[in-house]
Amino acid sequence: MDIIQLITIFLYILSTSGYVAYLFFQQGVWQKTGYGLLFVAFLCHTAVILFSSFETGLFPGWNLYQSLVLAGWAFSGMFLFVRHKFNLKVLGIYAAPLTAAIMIIAVNVPTDTVSDNQFFKSIWVFFHVLVMFLGNGALALACGAGFLYLLQERAIKTKTRGFFFTRLPSLELLDSVGYRCIVSGFTMLTIGLVVGFLYAKVVWGRFWSWDPKEVWAGIVWLFYAALLHERLAVGWRGRKSAIMAIIGFAVILFTFLGVNFFLEGHHGGFTRW
Amino acid sequence: MQNILLIGLNHKTAPVEIRECLAFSEEEALGGAEVLLENDAVGEVVLFSTCNRVEVLLTASDPDRAVNAVKEFLVDFKQVPRDRFEGAIYVYHGDDAVRHLFCVAASLDSMVVGEPQILGQMKTSYAAAVARKSTGAKLNRLLHRAFFIAKRVRSETGIGDHAVSISYAAVELGRKIFGNLEGKKVLLVGAGEMAELAVEHLIRNRSGDLLVANRTFERGVELAKRFRGEALRFEEIPEALAHVDIIISSTGSPDFVIVPSHVKSVMRSRRNRPLFFIDIAVPRDIDPKINRISNVYVYDIDDLKGVVDGNMEDRKREAVKAMRLIDEAVIQFRSWLDSLEVVPTIVALRNRIDAIADRELRRTIQQLGELTDSQQAALLRMKTALTNKLLHYPTLFLKRSGCNADRTGDIDTVQKLFHLDEDRD
Repeated sequence: MDIIQLITIFLYILSTSGYVAYLFFQQGVWQKTGYGLLFVAFLCHTAVILFSSFETGLFPGWNLYQSLVLAGWAFSGMFLFVRHKFNLKVLGIYAAPLTAAIMIIAVNVPTDTVSDNQFFKSIWVFFHVLVMFLGNGALALACGAGFLYLLQERAIKTKTRGFFFTRLPSLELLDSVGYRCIVSGFTMLTIGLVVGFLYAKVVWGRFWSWDPKEVWAGIVWLFYAALLHERLAVGWRGRKSAIMAIIGFAVILFTFLGVNFFLEGHHGGFTRW
Repeated sequence: MQNILLIGLNHKTAPVEIRECLAFSEEEALGGAEVLLENDAVGEVVLFSTCNRVEVLLTASDPDRAVNAVKEFLVDFKQVPRDRFEGAIYVYHGDDAVRHLFCVAASLDSMVVGEPQILGQMKTSYAAAVARKSTGAKLNRLLHRAFFIAKRVRSETGIGDHAVSISYAAVELGRKIFGNLEGKKVLLVGAGEMAELAVEHLIRNRSGDLLVANRTFERGVELAKRFRGEALRFEEIPEALAHVDIIISSTGSPDFVIVPSHVKSVMRSRRNRPLFFIDIAVPRDIDPKINRISNVYVYDIDDLKGVVDGNMEDRKREAVKAMRLIDEAVIQFRSWLDSLEVVPTIVALRNRIDAIADRELRRTIQQLGELTDSQQAALLRMKTALTNKLLHYPTLFLKRSGCNADRTGDIDTVQKLFHLDEDRD
C-alpha cells in the first residue's frame, strides 16, 4: 500500500510538472500530459483509500493522515470533474500542485494513533464526511478560479499584456466556473450538514451541540449563503465574488484544521495524530 | 532654394494626453494652414491631423525659422504651452522628410501598421489644401508620389493582408472579457471609419443587437440602417448603458461624452455584468476614470496598441520589403527635385553663352564692314555650332542621373564657374 501511495505522489508531482510546462510553453501536449497523469494519479489515490479501509475495517477520515488523504482525493476528483465539464484547462496549474502538496503533508504526519471509534463504522458518518469533503473540494476550486480571475482582471484593467493575459481564459469563464463551483460546493455542504445533524440526533439525541467545528461549519455555510444571496439578488460578481471565494476558502481551511488544533470538540479524532 | 521640411508628433513620441490637445478638426486644419501661409518663413504647406498624429509638411528657404514658426503657431492656435509638446516634436529635412511622408502614407508609421485609413485621411487633407491653394509644384508632386507609393506598398507587400487593426485588437480583448461575443449588444457612439470597421468586425464575430447614437440623428439613422441596427438620440446614451455590453466611441466631441456617474448609476440595474468601452476618439470620449469601476473596462486607442503589438512579427518582415519600395521612391523624388534645379541652370548657362557669342558676333560684324548674306549666314552657323559644342559636355554633366549623388554641389559649381548665381533669386 505504501508503494501505491508513493506512486500516487510521484504521479501528482509529474502532473504538476506537465501543467507548469503547459503554462510556460503553451503547447496542448503538455496540458494533455498533465491531465492524463492526474487522472492516473487519482485512480491510484482511490486504490490507496480502498486498501486502507479494507485493512482497518473503518471508513477513512479518523485521523489527520486519513483526513488529508481523503481531502486530497476529493479535491483532485472535483478538479477532474470540473475540468471535464467546463474545459477550464489552466486550473490544473492550481489543482495538481495543491493535491501533491496535500499528499506530501499527509505521509509526513504521524499515523500511529488508532482511535477506536465506532463512529467510523457507520456509513452515515462516512457519507457525512465524504459529502463535506467533496463540497470543500469544490469550494477550493472556486478559490483557485478566484485567484486566476484576479490575475486576469488585473492584466486587463492595468492594460499590461503580461505573462498571464494570453495564458488565462476569459473573465466570464473564470467567473462562471467559480460561481458553479460555489453553487455545487454549497449544495454538498448543506447536504453534509443535514446528514450530520440527523446523525447527531440519533447518537447524542440533539441536532446541535455547540461543538466548535459545528459552529465554524455553520459560519462557513452562512458565509457562502450570503455570497450566493448577494450574487442572485444584486449581482455580486467578478472581482468581489472572486475575493469572497478566496476568503471563504480560508475560513474553510480554519474550520478543517485550525478548529481541531486550537479548540476541543467531538470532531477531534478527525485530526488526531 | 526652398527645402522640404516636415514637423510633427505622433503616437510614438507623444501620449494621447498631448495628442488630444494638439489634434485639429478638419476646419481647424484649413484655418491653421492659412495662418501658416501668412508667415513669410513658410512657402507651401499642408497640415495633416489624425488621432495618432499631427504633421505639418512645408517648404521653406530658412528651415530654422520655419520650424520655429510652426511651433509658435501650435502654441497660439491650440493654446498649449510650448514646453508641453516640444519634447515630442520631430523635424525632418529633405530626403528624410520625403521618406517619413511616404512611410506615413503607406501606413508603415501607423500605430497599427498596415491599417488602411491613414491614406484616406491624408487625401482628404490634401484635397482641402489644394482647394485653398496652399500647395505648389513641389508639394503637389510629393503628395501624388506619396499616394502612388502607398498604393504600391499595399499591392506589392503583405502589409495590409491580415486585417490586424484596432478593431481586431478590440475583438480579442472582448473575448478575454466576455468569453465569446455572441449576442453581446453593441453601442456605437459617433461615426468614423475606424469605429465602423470595428463594428463590422464585431458583427462578423456574431455580436448581438447594434445601437447607434450620433450627434446628428439623421446620420445615426443612416448608419443604423447600414448595420441593421437601431438609432438612438445622443441624449439616450446614459440610459442605453444599462442594456449594452460593448461601447465603441469615436465622436469629435472635445469633452468626455460618458463620465463615471453615468456608468455607476447603471451598474446595479445591469447586475454588475461587465461593460467594455472602446474609445477610438482623440480627444477621448470616455473618461478614463471609468476604468476604475469594478467590472468595467476602458481601452483607449493607445491601450489597444499594446494588444496589437503581439501580432506584429510577420508584418515587420513585410515592412522591410515596403521600406525598399519607399527608398526607391525617395531617390526618384530626389532626382526630380534635382531636375527642378538642373533645368534652370542649363537654361541659364545656355543664355549666358548665347549672350556672349551674340555680343562678340555683333562686334565682329561691325568691324568687318559690308558682308554678303551668305557670309553673314556662315558666321551665324559658326556661332551656333560653337555654342552647341561648348555646351554639350557641361549639359551632359548637369543632366547626368547620378543616383545617390547630391547634385546641388555640382549645380553650385557650374553656377559659380559661369557666374550664373546672380541671375537667380
